[in-house]
Amino acid sequence: MEIDLSRGSIERVETDPKLTELHLGGLGTNAKILWDRVPPETDPFSPDNLLIFGTGLLCGTPAPGCNRTMLSTLSPQTRLMAFSMMGGFWAPELKYAGYDKVIIRGKSPKLVYLWIHNDKVEIRDASHLRGKGAVETQDILRRELKEPKAQVAAIGLAGENRVYFASIEQGRSSASRQGLGAVMGDKGLKAIAVRGTKDVNVARPAEFMELCNEVMKYIQFREANPVPGVIPILGRLGSPQEMAIHDEKWHTENFMWGNARTRRKDFWTDDIHKAWTATMDSVRTRLISCYNCPIKCGATISVPGHSTYMMKCFSKLTYVMAAFSDLDFGFKIASRATEYGVDGYSTPQVMAFALELYEAGILTDDDFPGMPADTEGRFYWLLDRIVRREGIGDILANGTHWAALAIGKGAEAYAHNNIKKHEQLPLKLSMLNPIYFLMYCTGEKMNITQIEGQFPQAPFPTMEEREAFVKDWFQVPDDRYKQYFLDWEIRGERSNPYYPTVDISVDIVDWQEKMHYIDDALGLCAGLSSFHLKPPYHIHNIPKLIAAGAGIDMDEAKLTQITKRNRTLVRAVNIGRGLRRADEKPPEDHWKKRFPELEEKLLDAYYKFKGWDPDGIPTKETLAELGLSYVAKDFEAKGIIKNG
Amino acid sequence: MGKVKKKIKTIRIDVDKCNGCRACEMICSAFHAKPRYSSNNPERSRIRVMRDPLRDVYVPVYAGEYTAAECAGRDQYVIDGKEYDACGFCRSSCPSRSLFKEPDSGLPLKCDMCEDDPALEKPLCVQWCINDALIYEEREEEVEEETKPGEMEIGLESLADKYGLQKVMETVARMSKKD
Repeated sequence: MEIDLSRGSIERVETDPKLTELHLGGLGTNAKILWDRVPPETDPFSPDNLLIFGTGLLCGTPAPGCNRTMLSTLSPQTRLMAFSMMGGFWAPELKYAGYDKVIIRGKSPKLVYLWIHNDKVEIRDASHLRGKGAVETQDILRRELKEPKAQVAAIGLAGENRVYFASIEQGRSSASRQGLGAVMGDKGLKAIAVRGTKDVNVARPAEFMELCNEVMKYIQFREANPVPGVIPILGRLGSPQEMAIHDEKWHTENFMWGNARTRRKDFWTDDIHKAWTATMDSVRTRLISCYNCPIKCGATISVPGHSTYMMKCFSKLTYVMAAFSDLDFGFKIASRATEYGVDGYSTPQVMAFALELYEAGILTDDDFPGMPADTEGRFYWLLDRIVRREGIGDILANGTHWAALAIGKGAEAYAHNNIKKHEQLPLKLSMLNPIYFLMYCTGEKMNITQIEGQFPQAPFPTMEEREAFVKDWFQVPDDRYKQYFLDWEIRGERSNPYYPTVDISVDIVDWQEKMHYIDDALGLCAGLSSFHLKPPYHIHNIPKLIAAGAGIDMDEAKLTQITKRNRTLVRAVNIGRGLRRADEKPPEDHWKKRFPELEEKLLDAYYKFKGWDPDGIPTKETLAELGLSYVAKDFEAKGIIKNG
Repeated sequence: MGKVKKKIKTIRIDVDKCNGCRACEMICSAFHAKPRYSSNNPERSRIRVMRDPLRDVYVPVYAGEYTAAECAGRDQYVIDGKEYDACGFCRSSCPSRSLFKEPDSGLPLKCDMCEDDPALEKPLCVQWCINDALIYEEREEEVEEETKPGEMEIGLESLADKYGLQKVMETVARMSKKD
């Protein structure tokens, strides 16, 4: 469905089955639409930029955990193709209303919201929602529309004010990364409410159900048998089970505090464990799930005196650690931040960055008039100003990269934890890991959790443990991956950074990346699929699910080819917008021990494996082989690919 | 008529264990689709989760008998500080709400414990609720023997409910004269 907010037009356009065969859905078809319709010189805040809400191909079918909405636009922060997604209930509801995508273009002169109720679609006035919280807005609209079952995706004040790291919130989920909320706010769109009561069909019902039943059975098996030898959050399915666990020794002692600087090796004591457990138990009302998924990755959080909200994953700790504070503070500030609608990764880091600049004297008292003296108070103070773009908040609202450029005076050195202008998880490690090096550098999705998975993050100490691990590892596309893992040692010749070797690293990364691109086309949650070791969804059952569900003839080879096409097309959009090899690097200080020569070799090999030139640009031959000759033609015309 | 032993099938609902995923709604509607599993649509489901996440209300309710009239007093319950509408626990398909009605025809829906031919050992909603908010239970009860009405009788009864017996009889009489 196409909505032009400048003209106020609503147009229903049939999904092209040919495009579905070529790209499946979700991210794949989003990328195709962006390539076709948004010229590379388009400013993210231009009316010509599109904001696409795309459901995955199998959303709304009985496939467990297949509920993701893939959102695509051009990011104001990275200036590249923004890629963010949300779980929850929105995508299935849109499918039940009879649509695959909502494509927003133009800009509304007044703040509006969109109400989709099956065939009835209306652009409605939202002036009464201006300044309202993202969670609050969802509640107001459900009451106003008298549709308690409507699913609402909404922005808060941050999105309205085009904060570069504004999120789009929806129930227990959000699309937070790369500033999609800012683009939504720029378009004058406060929310999209959806209610659908139509049927979703599958092509070959009996076959499809049998596959779904197998997935459910394997989920139950994995719940009863966590993977041994890895940290608990990787051993259990789902998004990291941050809402369920109390033990935060690993995160608090291995991730960095403040502006991604300080490691606190002896932080986790018995007293803290007790205090944090009590805090969590006092505010966590219930563990909750997304649509049609038994894994409980989220929680309802009710802190007395603060508005109730739903939280998932690592935002539990990001504010806590950025402010050197405790869990109680984290839950409280996250309540306000969720209503404002901001990314839980970037936001705390931006605030810690500001305070570091203040301590360094680069920013002064004049920049912070009336700021409280305590760190917690300062965080609230900064948050309030960022989402309103007041004073220094107006500069900080553009994220650390752009803020540092605007501030100057050496501030750039403090925006040290970015890749492609985007804040990353506060991880600082010792020895370079070649697999992670490649994922960080070349990932188009900007968030490591949306690239990593399948293959263990580190070698296992003993051969017995490794053998036990590979024994029931049927998810591998080929047995050679088992050998890679068996051979991987903690120390010695076969250890990081030279093992996995350059070629093996590329091979592993290709598998990891492939599984994510498949999930993002189908709407599968990475928590049941690509993010995990030994997941219920894998390269062997997914083609069958596509065939039985969507009636598209599919096998592993064909699916691999489609995935390659989608991955290359996302690349092409970004190449068109200027992305080159020089941009593909991890934060300087991500690893202490770096190996420049090896790193160059890794990138060379990865590009070559993908069929790209040494600058990371897909070659004419590669594009032709993937049916993307129209991209090659465009690149030739622009001189991006040199003729002959 | 004498007393007979009857197997009663029920679903015990533990609202504290509900994770709100609505898999029960999805799988119920898929099971009852024709052909089976060919489509799904929670709106056709015979089990529904009454959900209000921000107020922590999660109540799965499965469809019971059709009731021709709406009930009199509707009470509010406050349990553990959470407010529930009496309708929120009610299993009836009734005129006062759209719940448990087939969306196309408006005809009432009722849970059949997945006894469709061939009958399942356990209702599918229970099987798909691996968080155990739904637990299948069987018990035996002595009940008055009853003659089970045929399909036509059930159909006529609902027509009589809607239009009155007199009107149904008149219509049948008129139809029979046409031949």
